[in-house]
Amino acid sequence: MAFRALLTRRTLAAASGLGANGGVATSFRGLQTFSLPDLPYDYGALQPAISGEIMQLHHQKHHQAYVTNYNKALEQLHDAMSKGDAPAVVKLQSAIKFNGGGHVNHSIFWKNLAPIQAGGGEPPKGSLGWAIDNDFGSVDALVQKMNAEGAALQGSGWVWLGVDKELKKLVVETTSNQDPLVTKGPSLVPLIGIDVWEHAYYLQYKNVRPDYLKNIWKVINWKYASEVYEKECP
Amino acid sequence: MATATVAATAPLSNGFLLRRGPNEGAKSARGLQWTKNQRQSASSRRFGAAVITAKFDLKPPPYPLNALEPHMSANTLSFHWGKHHRAYVDNLNKQIVGTELEAKSLEDIVIQTYNNGDLLPPFNNAAQIWNHDFFWESMKPGGGGKPSGELLKLIERDFGSFEKLCEELRAAAATQFGSGWAWLAFNPRPSDGKELLVVKSPNAVNPLVLGYIPLLTIDVWEHAYYLDYQNRRPDYISIFMEKLVSWDAVGAKLEVAKAQAA
Repeated sequence: MAFRALLTRRTLAAASGLGANGGVATSFRGLQTFSLPDLPYDYGALQPAISGEIMQLHHQKHHQAYVTNYNKALEQLHDAMSKGDAPAVVKLQSAIKFNGGGHVNHSIFWKNLAPIQAGGGEPPKGSLGWAIDNDFGSVDALVQKMNAEGAALQGSGWVWLGVDKELKKLVVETTSNQDPLVTKGPSLVPLIGIDVWEHAYYLQYKNVRPDYLKNIWKVINWKYASEVYEKECP
Repeated sequence: MATATVAATAPLSNGFLLRRGPNEGAKSARGLQWTKNQRQSASSRRFGAAVITAKFDLKPPPYPLNALEPHMSANTLSFHWGKHHRAYVDNLNKQIVGTELEAKSLEDIVIQTYNNGDLLPPFNNAAQIWNHDFFWESMKPGGGGKPSGELLKLIERDFGSFEKLCEELRAAAATQFGSGWAWLAFNPRPSDGKELLVVKSPNAVNPLVLGYIPLLTIDVWEHAYYLDYQNRRPDYISIFMEKLVSWDAVGAKLEVAKAQAA
């Protein structure tokens, strides 16, 4: 048991961003599998910014599907690798990117949100607040920029506030589908990601993505973003 | 079922994934093909000081918005057609004002702004107008069932059976990741003699840009099914195939396609 706990803690540390809730288990073949992390709040706790119905579907159906399919793809990859089947390994890359990316991105997203009673919407203080003022002028200006880029994104994807851990600069970026932020730059670390796939808002906001973007800031967890920022830019 | 990626000149993010019948051959990169009959020559004419230019209209579906109930709700149609499709039309009209695109047909704009995969800003709106016009025509009240006649013959020739075609279409629609479309298309110059093929495409991309003639499409952007089916895209696809698809429309489009290719 102690050995297994050690293994789990180490792999948890290695699986960046997943934390204690992003369950990682080790199967008998030594292959890490993933499980759906619990939300640190009730499905209804982000209302009225995001409806309970959306939160439940988004977590229990969409994120769960990414986890399930990621595990499946990893299993197939493990097989292909042990057989030395190079074409199969290459062919599996898109499934891993889609589903692994979906799991990574959504795991971050749940931490990016918090009920108002738990500090959701409270503007950033400390070093992240200063960095935002420095790089964008103000939190408001940053929000406008992210909302504009999020609204303009064609199809499905994410809008991010990230920090370049080499240059120590904040960046706003978008990614398509479930591409994680790191696909836009190897030294980019996500601070806040906003899901602009239609499933993230459609039942409540329908086609009016800009309204969703305007409202989500009321439940954005700046405390978590600050923690990540302070770790990268101490 | 093996899947081929068409490399062509398009970057991977705009690439197509082809799903073919059992005897899948390698697809060579294709240049853009264009059939004369699809071209509408629109030109701006001057009458005194006034310039008449082609502005696009929001075409209504060929049935009332509630006609596809309960399989696709009137609520969905009111947003999908009334808001999404309408916005593409309004936005394209704004984008092309004062440009050379103003005088062109919709299909011309789609091809030109696809720009060999390096998409120009009007592409998204133009292609989405085209795609949605086509989507409403791909469905009808009391749809579903089986095709017949020449269409069925070609399906059986190129896919082995109608069931195989349905399997491929469903799979393409289910596995188009993110936003996009699944298509049955006609290839006027097939390298292996198979004129019918199933194609899936991301976001606004459609088979016109590869020189194929679309015959049928299913919209798999989430807005197409989320109000009625939420995350259950496979259920939506099943209902589309069983209750909505208009094989009459597909047959008619095949006639046109064959006439053009002849």
